[in-house]
Amino acid sequence: MDIQFIERNGNLVAKIRGEIDHHTADKIRKSLEAKFAESTAKNIIFDFAHVGFMDSSGIGMVIGRYKELQKTGGRVFAINIGPEISRIFDISGLRKIIPCFAGIDEIESGV
Amino acid sequence: MADNQMTLTFLAISENQAFARVAAAAFASQLDPTVAELTEIKTAVSEAVTNAIIHGYEGSEGDCFVTMNCSLLNRHIYIEIKDSGKGIPDIEQALEPLYTSKPEEERSGMGFTVMTEFMDDLQVESSPEGTIIKMSKKIL
Ligand SMILES: Nc1ncnc2c1ncn2[C@@H]1O[C@H](COP(=O)(O)OP(=O)(O)O)[C@@H](O)[C@H]1O
Ligand SMILES: [Mg+2]
Repeated sequence: MDIQFIERNGNLVAKIRGEIDHHTADKIRKSLEAKFAESTAKNIIFDFAHVGFMDSSGIGMVIGRYKELQKTGGRVFAINIGPEISRIFDISGLRKIIPCFAGIDEIESGV
Repeated sequence: MADNQMTLTFLAISENQAFARVAAAAFASQLDPTVAELTEIKTAVSEAVTNAIIHGYEGSEGDCFVTMNCSLLNRHIYIEIKDSGKGIPDIEQALEPLYTSKPEEERSGMGFTVMTEFMDDLQVESSPEGTIIKMSKKIL
């Protein structure tokens, strides 16, 4: 698992590459929290384009960031949800909490 | 008698979550499942193995092991995941969507819901000596 960050227009984009399970979700949370704290971003955008697997530990990690950002009025978005993880977004109800978009451009033009 | 069978025993550490789900998927490949079916099997195994490691063996000392048994029979895959951990005191509650005994650790409480949704059948047997999760799925 590898994570890359881009700060853009008040959004911190976290591009995750690899699989998200309990083992890696914890690492993602830690590096995302550290990066977010040192950035000036208000929102977090998860880019799932290169995530080939995610289990319910990933759901917990994303909802954790959602709850965290609620305190400061920030928002959490998701982009590029591929077929491998699409169903877990649906059955977990994550799609109802986290707005999902095709790409960053859709978010920036809509927000 | 099963058409094929395999058993793996591995250390209850989170590095082995990926190992276990990939091994189960590789074994299931003999039935030529679709990519979607493989994803479902991998995800369900990941949930059960993670639970064994983080809940079953919570606070345990020394080497702890998880055993996964997979068998194939008549285009069904049967998967059993066993730990010798502390057990589940209230199975009915544990199966409820969103229930987690560890909300402070960002658990979603959706593990059993995922197993139920992604497999055809789920059975939970548990006692203070440990837990066995039995799941099966027909590969169409
Ligand atoms: N193998 C196990 N041993 C002991 N307790 C377990 C086991 N599996 C699940 N549980 C209990 O069932 C609850 C629900 O599990 P799950 O739906 O996977 O949610 P989560 O793992 O996010 O807490 C857990 O919080 C835990 O209390
Ligand atoms: Mg779980």
